Amino acid sequence: MKYLIVLCCFLHVFLQPAHAALEIESHREADLYTELAGAKLNKMIPILVELETLKGEQILPLFTLLMAGNLYYVKADKALVGKANEQGATSYKSVFTQEERPELGKKDVKKVRVNNKLRSHLRTAIARIQLTSTSPVVREKAVRTLLAKLDPKTIVLLADRYAIEPHREVKNAIKLALALYTATQTQQSISDRVMAIETLSTSLENQVRNTLVQLTQDTHQPIALAAQKSLTQIEQRAQRFALVDKLFFGLSLGSVLLLASIGLAITFGVMGVINMAHGEMIMLGAYTTYVVQLMMPNYIDYSLIVAIPAAFVVSGLMGILVERLVICRLHGRPLETLLATFGISLILQQLVRTVFSPLNRQVSTPSWMSGSWEINPVLSLTLNRLYILAFSLAIFFLLVMILKKTSLGLNVRAVAQNRAMAKVMGVKTHRVDALTFGLGSGIAGIAGVALSQLTNVGPNLGQAYIIDSFMVVVFGGVGNLLGTLVAAFSLGIGTKFLEPITGAVLASIIVLVFIILFIQKRPKGLFPQKGRAAE
Amino acid sequence: MKIKNLVSSIAFASALTSTMFIATPSIAADTIKVGVLHSLSGTMAISETTLKDTVLMMVAEQNKKGGLLGKELEAVVVDPASNWPLFAEKGRELLTKEKVDVIFGSWTSVSRKSVLPVLEELNGLMFYPVQYEGEESSKNVFYTGAAPNQQAIPAVDYLINELDVERFVLAGTDYVYPRTTNKILEAYLKAKGVASADIMINYTPFGHSDWQSIVADVKKFGSQGKKTAVVSTINGDANVPFYKELGNQGISAEDIPVVAFSVGEEELSGLDTSPLVGHLAAWNYFQSVETDENDAFIDTWHAYTKDSERVTNDPMEATYIGFNMWVNAVKKAGTTDVDAVEQAMIGQTTTNLTGGTAVMNKNHHLSKPVLIGEIQADGQFEIVWETEGVVAGDAWSDFLPGSKDLISDWTAPIKCGNYNTKTAKCSGQNY
Amino acid sequence: MKGIIHFVRGYGFSQGHEAGKYTFPFVLLLLAVSVFAAAANTFLPVDSALYVSTYTITLLGKYLCYAMLALAVDIIWGYCGILSLGHGAFFALGGYGMGMYLMRQIGDRGVYGHPVLPDFMVFLDWQTLPWFWQGMDHFGFAMLMALFVPGLLAFVFGWLAFRSRVTGVYLSIMTQALTYALLLSFFRNEMGFGGNNGLTDFKEILGFDLQADSTRVSLFLITALLLVVLLLVSQRILSSQFGKVIVAIRDAEPRARFLGYRTERYKVWLFVYSAVIAGIAGALYVPQVGIINPSEFSPINSIEIVIWVAVGGRGTLIGAILGALLVNYAKTRFTAILPDAWLFALGALFVLVTLYLPQGLIGLVSQIKHKWQQVRRKEVGA
Repeated sequence: MKYLIVLCCFLHVFLQPAHAALEIESHREADLYTELAGAKLNKMIPILVELETLKGEQILPLFTLLMAGNLYYVKADKALVGKANEQGATSYKSVFTQEERPELGKKDVKKVRVNNKLRSHLRTAIARIQLTSTSPVVREKAVRTLLAKLDPKTIVLLADRYAIEPHREVKNAIKLALALYTATQTQQSISDRVMAIETLSTSLENQVRNTLVQLTQDTHQPIALAAQKSLTQIEQRAQRFALVDKLFFGLSLGSVLLLASIGLAITFGVMGVINMAHGEMIMLGAYTTYVVQLMMPNYIDYSLIVAIPAAFVVSGLMGILVERLVICRLHGRPLETLLATFGISLILQQLVRTVFSPLNRQVSTPSWMSGSWEINPVLSLTLNRLYILAFSLAIFFLLVMILKKTSLGLNVRAVAQNRAMAKVMGVKTHRVDALTFGLGSGIAGIAGVALSQLTNVGPNLGQAYIIDSFMVVVFGGVGNLLGTLVAAFSLGIGTKFLEPITGAVLASIIVLVFIILFIQKRPKGLFPQKGRAAE
Repeated sequence: MKIKNLVSSIAFASALTSTMFIATPSIAADTIKVGVLHSLSGTMAISETTLKDTVLMMVAEQNKKGGLLGKELEAVVVDPASNWPLFAEKGRELLTKEKVDVIFGSWTSVSRKSVLPVLEELNGLMFYPVQYEGEESSKNVFYTGAAPNQQAIPAVDYLINELDVERFVLAGTDYVYPRTTNKILEAYLKAKGVASADIMINYTPFGHSDWQSIVADVKKFGSQGKKTAVVSTINGDANVPFYKELGNQGISAEDIPVVAFSVGEEELSGLDTSPLVGHLAAWNYFQSVETDENDAFIDTWHAYTKDSERVTNDPMEATYIGFNMWVNAVKKAGTTDVDAVEQAMIGQTTTNLTGGTAVMNKNHHLSKPVLIGEIQADGQFEIVWETEGVVAGDAWSDFLPGSKDLISDWTAPIKCGNYNTKTAKCSGQNY
Repeated sequence: MKGIIHFVRGYGFSQGHEAGKYTFPFVLLLLAVSVFAAAANTFLPVDSALYVSTYTITLLGKYLCYAMLALAVDIIWGYCGILSLGHGAFFALGGYGMGMYLMRQIGDRGVYGHPVLPDFMVFLDWQTLPWFWQGMDHFGFAMLMALFVPGLLAFVFGWLAFRSRVTGVYLSIMTQALTYALLLSFFRNEMGFGGNNGLTDFKEILGFDLQADSTRVSLFLITALLLVVLLLVSQRILSSQFGKVIVAIRDAEPRARFLGYRTERYKVWLFVYSAVIAGIAGALYVPQVGIINPSEFSPINSIEIVIWVAVGGRGTLIGAILGALLVNYAKTRFTAILPDAWLFALGALFVLVTLYLPQGLIGLVSQIKHKWQQVRRKEVGA
């Protein structure tokens, strides 16, 4: 702890902020606002610096607006206003008083320009101000942001804060920042620096690692050694997390494959229809999501909850329609279903092109699915993939339940195993066929909702997944849902572990060749059907 | 019986051939035909349909102005369906069957390479409106998109000079445009003193949709103390999942900016841009440019498509410039004859949409300004930097060992697309 | 003359298929159309009403290559029940063989003027020609490779698959995986086949200028002739003892096996034969179309081939050829007439053919004939 106190005193002497000298000149302030309104991008940083010195914490609303690109100025008098978007309606409010300016329209205002350089400046400025925030979470985040730019001025702020900080987590973060600073200061004593370096060994922050890498080259032997030791500790931990990360990537890819193929596992696996239009059922689901979002633009957060049943209905009905019109006439000719469904897939693609234009459509991500769950600085799991992973498993178990526990499921299995016998026993096979195909297509539609969160929503969406889905179903064993699950996840994880070694292209080639060879070894996939149903 | 068979076969054969293949549509002599060779189905339809609409709009506008040489313009649209050999076939159809006077078409390099021999054989004329890898200059093609020196090099200069970037990730789709661009950039960066260890090159297949590991690698590469940027030549469909992954893994533009050469307004209109704010793109045109010409162009476009939300983009401006130049060249030559128009094209100037003048150079490439824009939350670009004047398109890169001695000059006395300044020879073909 | 006719007809009847007896008139028609088109292009003046443009000749040449490919698929699907969704791979490999030969013929006339290396290698900074490009400048060797490589691949794949009794949809999906894997590999620039751009900008074949009308017409005629030869040879093979076993395998493989036939050997050799035909088609396709690139490997292409066969009528060799010609002609017409909506028409065609013409167009002919005979019989009876 000693080095912290020394450091604080040391800095205070040299960098005493001139509180006394500050005298708020409101004229100057108004001038600066006007200047900001029309300033060129490369002239803006000095204005922002001056504003920060002048107004201190009070400048926060302006900075936040500018950071988010929501700061505008009125063309007539160059007054600054903030744009607010509530329930789809745009309104303008004055920056500091939050007073609404209803007279302003889109044409009366102009955006205050901002670029990466400014945003990066603003981010540290905001973090400095937020050090005194009432929320400990915000404070901790602010400290972590400041790690990237530890200049003497910031250190003073941090050191001051450290003395009065009540929250333990935040205090630890500040301690880390101060240690990081101390470790690099050559005017500090070697023992202080070594101590600081040892403190650093518990952190996984990038800045810490980068600093330590530099310190291993330090001319003072003890410092270099200490840095090396801390670094090794950090690397070991980081490597473990990297493995977890890779596993998650694999699981996530697996969940996408599972979603894409699970509907096919029903239409192809259970019914034996080589359904080339399966991809287009996924596409219809994705477009349904788009339409749902169009209809409820102000409730994007809830749109997916509406889209899931909607997509199930749209794709499911389309599936039943296709089954009734085409596939039911092709019983006993499985290979010919390939041709008919291929034709259907062409028609559906062109239909979407005609109705929605050939361009990709924009599907927004609900706020609760954006961003990532940061476990620590080296391991963060993206939320959308996490949800999709959970969702794919939920769908899978739901489907297993439907097939195992409901009368529909019983009928489906009966018809799949022995159509003639099922018919004799009074199962309405036509009805069951239509419902099965509808179920498979509906599930594909639900998959489309999930995939719309990861990839393009365009006419080619289905094409991108059709081959993969067939691979998964065949690899797992036709007619076996569990096989599909295992196949999807093992292919996903396999690909992700190969990718860093071979590159993305070679990884997919290797996986394909592996599947080909595997099928030679086990011609009916991972989990072959047994008994009479197999032939 | 057998003789009857034979005779009827032959009779049927001649009937078949004459009805099926010889039925050439009667050509009204008083129109000038403009061929449109853009994919309307298949994977490239996403990008190319817009250009088809642009050409149709330009044709309609020109007809409103009274046509050309006193004749109506007539657009002939065919669909090469994103199928590369079909580009050659459809190109031949346009030139021999429809007898078009000019073709506007192609997007991908391979489609251009496919139709090129046909253009040269039949002496057709094509305008190619997309940024591409260079390394080509045909007598029969005018390249109105950007060459690498009109997009990639200024963008990297911007990264180095304005954003103090020291490490570069060159990420691209595995085909010729990214390969060439990255080769050029690698040579350029090394010439600027960037170490090999600070350059990471990564290629992915077309339509790559799972970017988790690559984005994680980029994140790791960028977290080692030096300011890092990604130079992206990722093509079309793969961009949406790429940017989504970037946003979700929390890589903001302030940390690791991505500068893209294939992402424009249209690509952005297919995704939610709020997590992408601040990422960059380098083009010769942005919809957000504030000039009277651009406003007029956007208004016409909205009126033509009856959709006030439809965006404009750089290849559209390239089509616009190409079309206007062709109109002027035809007026100057007084004919649509390809050889005359080709010579009249060189030195042709027309106002571009960014407030300057585009010039067609002797190498069939344009001089255009280079702009760098940052993505905004509304899917438009904020222009943050532009070149002082215009940059002349360079057909043969100075940074590739094979082509640094080559130049292209279609005026006398050289009249060649790949003139070697060292050996003073043209390689044995047209381009 | 009579002998030849007899020879030809012999195949038709011994097949035992309804369609077999159309072989002779069909071959005649095909040759007549080809010769007529070639002659019209060469001898008639351009403004003549019967003139056939070079555009049409190249188009017809392309159709004939596709027809040959359809023939290859029909041999294994129609007669042996092996549905290959990857036949495009063999076609493309044959095409690459020819493409490599044509590429080497460019010599120092490439853009960079390198005496040996093709342009894309100069551009990738390669110093020497990779081993698999050696010798490809000899026409004979290159053509041998164009047949050998698809054949070898078919042998290895077939030997593995048929021996372990991979059948039905599993086999179809595996062939799809095969062509998809090849698609991805050929995309890679490191493979040394020009990456996504493939091989293009060919100059001449055996010293003949590829852009000359006479070369195009000759290539077209060679394609037509080879198609006829392959049709007759295939007809012969399928009506031989070997062919009988093949059909037996299609109808009941276990039974054929229990009768003592090593069914997997029959299947492998038929598969290899089919792949070689596909390779020939590919080799003929490339000089006429002027480009070969990885998109030929795309699984969708292979599915399309199967559709040509289905439209024409599987299990009848003529049907496959007719199907390929008709679907491709329809495609050409539709894309020109309805550029925005041709996929609707094509999609609807596939659906309708599968539903209402399970035997394809050839089947339609016999259906009509059957009806006609019934009507006549009734009339006679009355």
